[in-house]
Amino acid sequence: MERRTRRGDRSWPVPFRSSNGRRPRVRKVHNAGDFIFRNITRIFAILVFSLVFVMAYEMYMGSGLTLQKFGWSFLWTETWDPVQGTFGALPFIYGTVVSSLIALIISLPLSLGVAIFLSELAPRWLEQPLSFLVELLAAIPSIVYGLWGIFVMVPWLRVSVQPLLKKYFGTLPLFQGPAYGFSMLAAGVILAIMILPIITSISRDVLKAIPTLQREAALGLGATRWETTKLILMGARSGILGATLLGFGRAIGETMAVTMVIGNRPEIAASLFSPATSMASVIANEFAEATTDLYTDALIEVALILFGVTIILNILARLIVWSTTRRFAAT
Amino acid sequence: MNNTELQGVSATMTTPTPSTFSQENVLPTEVKLSARTIHAYFGKTHALRDVSLDIPSNSVVAIIGPSGCGKSTFLRCLNRMHEVASGTMTGEILLDGINVMEEDPVILRRRVGMVFQKPNPFPTMSIFDNVAAGLRFNGMHDRKKIREIVEKSLVQAALWDEVKDSLNKSGASISGGQQQRLCIARTIAVSPEVVLMDEPASALDPLSTAKIEELIYELKKTFTIVIVTHNMQQAARVSDYTAFFYIGELIEYDQTKKMFTTPEKKQTEDYITGRFG
Amino acid sequence: MEHNEEVCGNMKPGHDSTYFWRKAKNSAMLIFSFVCVLLAVTPLILIFVYTLRQGIGSLNLDFFLQMPKPVGESGGGMDNAIVGTGILIGLGALFGLPVGILAGIYLAEFGHTAFGSLVRFFTDVLSGVPSIVVGVVAYVLVVLPMKHFSALAGGVALAILMIPTVTRTTEEMMKLVPQSFREAGLALGIPRWKTTMRIVFPTALTGITTGILLAIARAAGETAPLLFTALGNRFWSTSIFNPMASLTVFIFDYAKAPFEDWNRQAWAASFVLILLIFLLSLIFRLATRRQYEQH
Repeated sequence: MERRTRRGDRSWPVPFRSSNGRRPRVRKVHNAGDFIFRNITRIFAILVFSLVFVMAYEMYMGSGLTLQKFGWSFLWTETWDPVQGTFGALPFIYGTVVSSLIALIISLPLSLGVAIFLSELAPRWLEQPLSFLVELLAAIPSIVYGLWGIFVMVPWLRVSVQPLLKKYFGTLPLFQGPAYGFSMLAAGVILAIMILPIITSISRDVLKAIPTLQREAALGLGATRWETTKLILMGARSGILGATLLGFGRAIGETMAVTMVIGNRPEIAASLFSPATSMASVIANEFAEATTDLYTDALIEVALILFGVTIILNILARLIVWSTTRRFAAT
Repeated sequence: MNNTELQGVSATMTTPTPSTFSQENVLPTEVKLSARTIHAYFGKTHALRDVSLDIPSNSVVAIIGPSGCGKSTFLRCLNRMHEVASGTMTGEILLDGINVMEEDPVILRRRVGMVFQKPNPFPTMSIFDNVAAGLRFNGMHDRKKIREIVEKSLVQAALWDEVKDSLNKSGASISGGQQQRLCIARTIAVSPEVVLMDEPASALDPLSTAKIEELIYELKKTFTIVIVTHNMQQAARVSDYTAFFYIGELIEYDQTKKMFTTPEKKQTEDYITGRFG
Repeated sequence: MEHNEEVCGNMKPGHDSTYFWRKAKNSAMLIFSFVCVLLAVTPLILIFVYTLRQGIGSLNLDFFLQMPKPVGESGGGMDNAIVGTGILIGLGALFGLPVGILAGIYLAEFGHTAFGSLVRFFTDVLSGVPSIVVGVVAYVLVVLPMKHFSALAGGVALAILMIPTVTRTTEEMMKLVPQSFREAGLALGIPRWKTTMRIVFPTALTGITTGILLAIARAAGETAPLLFTALGNRFWSTSIFNPMASLTVFIFDYAKAPFEDWNRQAWAASFVLILLIFLLSLIFRLATRRQYEQH
């Protein structure tokens, strides 16, 4: 019979039965200091571990009134009327999803382009500062994006972009209606800028993790840079998927920049030019002013939904990204 | 093979284990540290098998053998450091005849110090603080006394003259050989009874190596020393007794002079004459 | 021979249409990715330039030293917002740093178990939670029981946001310390806990500090979680039990306002904020690179 030491327990092993049949010694903690130290740090580790659950629990309890009153229908009710006391999260869910999708559609090809440039094409002296610049984009606070969005980007959209879109694609319901700038489109564009750094840096890391051997093999066969890159992209696709999911998750949770340019109208409209709203925006705009308990609870429930969606996306994304980089780290 | 009564050990060694000496006219002095039926494991790997060894006081015992034979493992069993790197061991370690396996290893390690292969002075501390580290962390706060002990240790480690004017410089700012002597000073500052050395000179240049070997010769007057070395000539120069290990087993243990001139076992002879390494 | 020619025919370099297309696609890709880089870097430059232009003009000493003027009056400053951000970050650090550092130490020293992996995983998950959600939680945890908005609640929200970064950095920096220092400490007869705290932790401290700087930089830029915890305050207040102004909420309020003068001040505040954050990020980058070189 063998009793092994627990792997985390390195100083205090339990010996086996030795060949002369002596009984294994009982493990004793000799040092009070070590015991206290280990357990205090353990308590804090448990605290950090449980934060996510505590958050879920508190929000669940905090949205009791609306959970009770509306149940699941909260998710697909379109009305948001604080005065009447009817609350439905659909406009916000719609707004969040659509604006994030727009962001993804715009940002993904751009991010990949930059990632390819950084990992495959750029010489080392250029790659470092360029990567740094891209990461700087990530360091800009959301509020500053929002400010720039209000005074620079939205007017530009209103004056230059939206008329063009209307002119050439106006037949689509997507691009109809009055275009004042503050719109779903604006939110999508600003989100695209904001999630570009995260998709780019993870994709670049994933691409770099693929051993140079594979590129050399392809080039040695006479493939062009583009063909080699296509090959590498194929190999990295699950990592890139993970990066995309993480970027999408980021877009979903973005608050300030979106609030400031999206127009904040809790309605669902087909056109990208109309003002819209998102889960994060409605919480940011209305929470401090929520007059009734039901109102507050409704907003907390929106937060809970946002929380749930982000967590699921994040877990999925990280599992995918981990498995790719680990697979290649072994080679 | 004759039995020799070893002072301080209650049981007589009846089996002709390598821990007794082959020459009856050389009585070993008092035994300081004993290993009894040591088995050591790394997970499932059985690294040391049934090793028993007596280390006499104020002597230098060298442990030699080809790489991977378990000499470092054995050394680290002696101050229960083996357990720190997720190893396990059975058997007994006797210090002055008393089994230390049941006690707090911390107490054992204050009496049995260790110098490592790669010099490792604490990077955030000055030379002075490095030597004083063991003292301070074990509760000594008398500034005057600490200063005295630090100076004495640095003198004993043959480093004092070189650093006495720069005691406040970082421990990492001196040369490799000096760093190792600093580590030796740090180890002896807490007045251990035994000093274990795991290939202390293998990372150093020949000049520093010579200095360390001189040091060992001086230190054995105050301490008992067990040194692991892959360099046979070093073992021959420096030690009084030598133990030869091979694939986890103790093959032969005898006075150095005898071991290197007329070894008992063929394996020993083969190793010493360089038939395998 | 003939067989080879058939097989290799398409790949023979020279005047071949397939070859031409392959080269064309290749060039297209190069151009495309370069264009992407330009497009990506453009907003960065634009934002910088605009904030600089708009912000620097409005920036004067008054800005830092004065209080906001009543609605409608021009001028005034944001000194309560600057101090407020400082206090809020201080509170966040007070609550978040000990938790993060101790948890990180646990993970580095004892975290080689399944439980350790779980903690690590959920710490990463926590770092992905939107900051507005963290604000809602802080509201439920602090504002509701206290029955009013306070800097304390804002501090709690910022602490929760800081914890994942601090934990991860502490763990990584502690793990970077070579095992031989731990062994040297233990070999001197120093108990495990003392070896960790008095030898290993101080060695890792430079690295940990830079991680803390990064966490603080991010917290300084947060707006959403403060909107309904610390709320914001047009008056001077340093009480942590009352609502407190912050640079970020200041920018939000003044940006939304219909007064042009206020809008200018929002730009100035943005400039200050960006400067602060970039400075901290730069220190972090430089320090971490040096740290890696040392080891």
